[in-house]
Amino acid sequence: MAHSDPPSSDTGFRPIPPQPPPVTVVGPVRWVRDNLLSSPLNIALTALGLYLLWLVVPPLIDWGILTADFVGSSRDDCTSGGACWVFIATRLDFFVYGFYPDAERWRVDVMFAMLAGFLVPQFLPGVSARVRKWLGIFGLTVYPVISGVLLLGGVFGLEAVETGKWGGLMLTLVLSYVGIVAALPIGILLALGRRSHMPIIRTICVLFIELWRGVPLISVLFMASVMLPLFLPEGVNFDKLLRALIGIVMFQSAYMAEVIRGGLQGLPKGQYEAASALGLGYWRATGLIILPQALKMVIPGIVNTFIALFKDTTLVLIIGLFDILGTVQASIVDPAWGRVAIEGYIFAAFCFWVFCFGMSRYSQGLEKKLHTGH
Amino acid sequence: MTRLAATPVAGILAGCFAAAVALAGPAAAQTLDTVKERGELRCGVTTGLSGFSNPDDSGNWTGIDVDVCRAVAAAVLGDADAVAFVPLTAKERFTALQSGEIDVLSRVTTWTLTRDTSLGLNFTGVTFYDGQGFLVNKDLGVTSALELGGASVCVAAGTTTELNLADYFRAKDMTFNPVVFDAISQTIEGFASGRCDVLTSDQSQLYSLRTKLDDPDSAIVLPEVISKEPLGPVVRQGDDEWFNVVKWVLFAQLNAEELGITSENLDEMRASDNPSIKRLIGTEGDMGEKLGLSSDWAAQAIAQVGNYAEMFERNVGQGSPLRIDRGLNALWSDGGIQYAPPIR
Repeated sequence: MAHSDPPSSDTGFRPIPPQPPPVTVVGPVRWVRDNLLSSPLNIALTALGLYLLWLVVPPLIDWGILTADFVGSSRDDCTSGGACWVFIATRLDFFVYGFYPDAERWRVDVMFAMLAGFLVPQFLPGVSARVRKWLGIFGLTVYPVISGVLLLGGVFGLEAVETGKWGGLMLTLVLSYVGIVAALPIGILLALGRRSHMPIIRTICVLFIELWRGVPLISVLFMASVMLPLFLPEGVNFDKLLRALIGIVMFQSAYMAEVIRGGLQGLPKGQYEAASALGLGYWRATGLIILPQALKMVIPGIVNTFIALFKDTTLVLIIGLFDILGTVQASIVDPAWGRVAIEGYIFAAFCFWVFCFGMSRYSQGLEKKLHTGH
Repeated sequence: MTRLAATPVAGILAGCFAAAVALAGPAAAQTLDTVKERGELRCGVTTGLSGFSNPDDSGNWTGIDVDVCRAVAAAVLGDADAVAFVPLTAKERFTALQSGEIDVLSRVTTWTLTRDTSLGLNFTGVTFYDGQGFLVNKDLGVTSALELGGASVCVAAGTTTELNLADYFRAKDMTFNPVVFDAISQTIEGFASGRCDVLTSDQSQLYSLRTKLDDPDSAIVLPEVISKEPLGPVVRQGDDEWFNVVKWVLFAQLNAEELGITSENLDEMRASDNPSIKRLIGTEGDMGEKLGLSSDWAAQAIAQVGNYAEMFERNVGQGSPLRIDRGLNALWSDGGIQYAPPIR
């Protein structure tokens, strides 16, 4: 290149090559200086934070991993003084399947496998949108029916397993899945009904939503399990799990309706008018123009409700159904084991975290994918 | 049971409804026929209370309350495993029985006048004489509750346990410092960490909580019992046939212990000349028929579940981690108060 050669004497201007910025103004050091050590107060807070971490984390790792017991079959194998994960390992089947008969547990496994089969591809980048869509539709329609038949049995030569024997993680998933799959469509209908111009439909929807939103879930479950049987004629019993499920679906659909109504209200009036101008009727306008936009807007709210629902399922404890937390609580009182309450609760919390975090990540991915920039 | 009376209002409400239903129409009789037809006994138990009813490592129900139901199933259906256990919370238990969801309630339920009358229930007997007691650290050197003046006492909130405690100390003119916890399982954590000198609850509970200590032998249960908690199975009022069956299965197990019949020596005992043994086992007389059962009803219960002593020792006694002494629950002939009417 011509300009690289200075034309005259070698005393002329020669730019020094660019230097990397000083370490104190870029990268991690800059970040630490700016965020952790920017003032005496921040320095003090950082020191305090580190001290607290040092107080908590090493003993926790020591207790939970280094000195913990992982292999064995009874309390006697927990001798090292750390966490007794042997307890979780021994009871894992009970935590996952509850009282489901041993010989029939493959049915629960099939249900889990199918669930993973259509959920995991939703997270994988390589799967095409069409496959995802069909898997999603399968999950919302066919899957609950297959699972119901599979778990209940009594047909196709499957042995009937009454719902009293269901428990553990499997029951938690059944409760929350049915709650989620049923609450969303009912919630959409209620939200549309509440904004309807037809007074009777609007009144019914408003009453329904306000009634169910106005009572705590505990009292709904309590009514379903304690009061309802008293009002039924003697000998007429309907399934306790079904009663709880109906209560949860009613309760959550009222919440869902309000979340979706938020989306409907957030949509500019012009969208409704444009839909009308195109000559679309109510259902086509709603289905093709209004709902897709409204639902997209409230994805965080919907997922928030789902996560709350997932965690609320533990309330079935009070009506004697053993969800995963129930099985843990019933196990930690076992005198054959020592003080294993902490291990049990950590395990239950971990299970909940995995599912709730998964839902949260999925919704973030969905938001990104559907973001069209308006 | 007193210790779960944490929400008295809800309990009273449920009780009122249960009573209303009980008064509205007599409970349908023929529970015995229903059970035989169904081929399965439906039995209400706790949602997990060690020694009485709790799921073991593989999810099977174990405990003395569970064995009571298994014995009834063995006597009625000939199969101790033909039981569907329905876990119930304290609030639900009476409704579940009233509405026919379960046939027997065997769920550490204290026999009281109110429950026996206005709730429309019948207690069929006492499987376990319980009572409120005290757990203290051995190092304290205390041998009697009367030496507990000024002690700090761990207790679960909102239960009659708390009231009994206050009554007892006031009656004995002693002071105490209550350390109140929300749930019974938390009280042992308080005791273990030294926040109190004494832990009070029902005695059976104390023994089970003690197993949660790092060194269970470092604490002892004091001999004083400050309340009466007779625990037993419950059935609906108005079905005398079923009431008799549940009642006499327990009596048969008690009589078996008294006569020295166990699940192991049952076959040898069949050859016995003792008329009491013959009547119990069913080789003589028509005792089973009178109850509406087969003649080997008691033999089935004893063979598959055992006599009362076996049931007790296996679940709460020396054969279990609880290691509760027989005490009041010993036979009348051994200094206890378990006394069954004769089978004749």
